[in-house]
Amino acid sequence: MKKHPNPARTAWLIAAGLVSIMLLLAGCGSSSSNSTSGEELQKVGKGEGALSLISWAGYVEEPWTKPFEEKTGCKVSDKVAGTSDEMVTLMRSGQYDGVSASGNATARLVDAGNVDPVNVNLVPNYKTIFSDLKSQPYNTFDGVHYGIPHGRGANLLMWNSEDVKPAPTSWNVMFDPKVAAKYKGKISAYDDPIYIADAAVYLKAHQPELGIENPYELNEEQFEAAVNLLKEQRANVGEYWSDAAKQISAFAGGDDALGTTWQYQYFALKGEGHPVAASPASQGFLPSEGATGWSDTWMISSEAKHPNCMYMWMNWIVSPKVNAEVAEFFGEAPAQTLACEHTENKNFCNEYHAENPGFWKRVYYWETPLSECGNGSSDCKNYNDWVQAWTSIKG
Amino acid sequence: MATEAVVERRSAGHRLAGFFHGRRRLQISGLLAGPLGWLVVGYLGSLAVLLIAAFWTVDPLSGEVIRGLSFENFETLFNEPVYREIVWRTVRIAALVTVTDAILAFPIAFYMAKVASRRGKAILIVAVLLPLWSSYLVKVYAWRTMLSAGGVINWALAPFGLEGPGFGGTAVWLVMSYLWLPYMILPIYAGLERIPNSLISASEDLGASPFTTFRRVILPLSFPAVVAGSIFTFALTLGDYITPRLVSNDQFIGNVIFNNISNNLPLASALALVPIVVMIAYLMVARKLGAFEHI
Repeated sequence: MKKHPNPARTAWLIAAGLVSIMLLLAGCGSSSSNSTSGEELQKVGKGEGALSLISWAGYVEEPWTKPFEEKTGCKVSDKVAGTSDEMVTLMRSGQYDGVSASGNATARLVDAGNVDPVNVNLVPNYKTIFSDLKSQPYNTFDGVHYGIPHGRGANLLMWNSEDVKPAPTSWNVMFDPKVAAKYKGKISAYDDPIYIADAAVYLKAHQPELGIENPYELNEEQFEAAVNLLKEQRANVGEYWSDAAKQISAFAGGDDALGTTWQYQYFALKGEGHPVAASPASQGFLPSEGATGWSDTWMISSEAKHPNCMYMWMNWIVSPKVNAEVAEFFGEAPAQTLACEHTENKNFCNEYHAENPGFWKRVYYWETPLSECGNGSSDCKNYNDWVQAWTSIKG
Repeated sequence: MATEAVVERRSAGHRLAGFFHGRRRLQISGLLAGPLGWLVVGYLGSLAVLLIAAFWTVDPLSGEVIRGLSFENFETLFNEPVYREIVWRTVRIAALVTVTDAILAFPIAFYMAKVASRRGKAILIVAVLLPLWSSYLVKVYAWRTMLSAGGVINWALAPFGLEGPGFGGTAVWLVMSYLWLPYMILPIYAGLERIPNSLISASEDLGASPFTTFRRVILPLSFPAVVAGSIFTFALTLGDYITPRLVSNDQFIGNVIFNNISNNLPLASALALVPIVVMIAYLMVARKLGAFEHI
């Protein structure tokens, strides 16, 4: 008997075992996902000795993390993310204390309970932050603060000044198929569903009959137009980039000559002596249509293992001197009003329009696209539609 | 005293050994409990969760996952042409990389197994294994630099009036073929090592030309090893998403999974089942071809 086991019976036993494990794990999964978001901290205690962050490239750098570590004893480890999707995925792993989230991630993190409310009374430097950055729809939900503003800026149009002449003043070099064809295979576009909004900003100016108001609130027809524009653009795109290093190497190696970028890459390439240019400061770094942009927020994870260190960090990064340092390093407008006195370039805040609320009306901060449009109807395309469309745009 | 303690300890060990002696089943289960537990719970368990998640859906308004049985994700995968195209592209490149690696690996493996001296063999094995010691990302970025417009490939081809492939599908094929080549060489080498030299001599003695010997003796005997190696190259290409992202604009199955994982986990799970199904089909064909006969 024992020499001839019944293979069918054994297979059934294994299958039954697998199913029971499946059910067990599925059960565990549902119980853990029901956890509600925690309460805000009431008092900042002693530092826990460590802090792990998720940030955009250039936000967490040695010149200001080292003095922070010396002062608080919180050893900083940083994970750089390339896109908001990456940030959300990383935050959901529950292994990080905080994140410098843009507006297209904040609502998702709050909705899923991945982040906790922030007690702004425990962040003394919050008081002097620019008032038009406080209580915004991307950092405050139902009147509850979920983070500390870090800074803001516009996405840049960058080009290689040797290859692209004359200097472009409009996004049409990337989006008008006739003009863009001149740079076929040399165009660098951002690899993220939120990039659909860049097409919408262009259409808002060039096809007013579509009636686009907010590039993140697009109805069926407007969305279709933006997606089609991007499908046409694809033929001219040299590379889609989602990490800064990849785009820097593409411009440095001469693969791309024109594209959407962040200040970080622009200054890195300029620093290495490459002939790159961007929309000039006199135009506020903006092409004629305006641009998409970001207003970033430091948020604290609901599973933070080092909440005290995170609060100390949130206060540190918006302290006048440090906020000036990070803003100048990255090339963005600081969030801290008092930072403007500490910048090395005394004209910095002026150039970046830090103190000019009117300027920011032409910068469309990243938001999470939702079904609810601003006008009360709910026929807008939500973020899931944007992701699906992005897959089909790239093909 | 000391001797007594030793005796004491030995007797405890002896008692344990005595307990297991004759209980063969207990011996085996004790030995396998750890690894088998890991395999079933950690490995197959996570696969099972993945399978379940593929039948869930995401609420379009709130973005929350709805736990219930639905075939919506699979319908999307079948009905949207873009997904078919991505799957087809991934499988096509995986097959291409596999064939390329088999053609490149066979002569190298044959030289290593049958021609090279003992010393030459050792040097070649180290040379094959050496790339595996450096980071995957470093290797892909190195290729990125070489393939770029101002890179070494264009520079080397320029005198002949030629241009390198640049970034794109060809670049993905080249880089993947490079990355996974050792995984093809090693199984073929092991397979060829097992073929007794006497068989080759016998074939010669019977008047077969070298080509006939290769075709009728060496190739049939080493074919299962080639198939075994192809499982590695095929599966590794099928699952990769970093290389396509760094040297092309092409989306592989893995890229779409990555893009969906944070806001539409069910769709990502359904997509993740595609390579599993493809691999199962591939393994079944490989079994028919005898890849597992010597395992």
